[in-house]
Amino acid sequence: MITIKYFGMLAEQAQCKQEQLDLKSLTLKELIKDITEKHNMNTLPFHVAVNQKLVQESEDQALQLHDEIAFLPPFAGG
Amino acid sequence: MKKQSVFIEGAISPEFIANAIAKHQSKHTIGGHNIFLGQVRADEIDHKNVAAIEFTAYEDMALEQIAAIREKAFKTFDLTCMHIYHSLGKVQAGDICFFVFVSAKHSKELYAATEYLVNIIKKKVPIFGKEIFEDSSHQWKTNTN
Repeated sequence: MITIKYFGMLAEQAQCKQEQLDLKSLTLKELIKDITEKHNMNTLPFHVAVNQKLVQESEDQALQLHDEIAFLPPFAGG
Repeated sequence: MKKQSVFIEGAISPEFIANAIAKHQSKHTIGGHNIFLGQVRADEIDHKNVAAIEFTAYEDMALEQIAAIREKAFKTFDLTCMHIYHSLGKVQAGDICFFVFVSAKHSKELYAATEYLVNIIKKKVPIFGKEIFEDSSHQWKTNTN
């Protein structure tokens, strides 16, 4: 299983803060595509972090069992 | 890397800030402190005023980021102490939500270190803010810099 986390406006859009998915040998890009379609997040701004590290938009990688993928809206601290 | 406590539930009280200052009175190599306090603005947007901001964070990642930021700041600036606090949960307009506190032997380093820390925390740390209006509607805050 991999864990998907949503924050801020993305948690509001997905109507959940966290969900778990079977790995199904997805790559990161495929997962992002699936998730944005599933939750209709295409028009929302976000970054993605894999295991607490931000990934570039162009970057793709194989996902590993127990990975934590976070969908992060624009930061607003301070 | 040692992770300092950063997040405080609700507003950061003036008493908390006063206590933080008092705790440094026994450190006699310190010659000066500099403090930045972030306060929630009652911005007017579409004829509605912001009453409060509700903060959330990706806490694991935020603490990792802040630990790395602290390490870099200690290498870059000649600081004796550095403390960073940010609110989670609801903070009313006018209350303090962000407290950066640096101490050094001499004043020169303090201004640059404070500016560096405030800017990089806003940019790199995954904290999210829901601006709640007086009529309970809301919008999501985005840092402009």
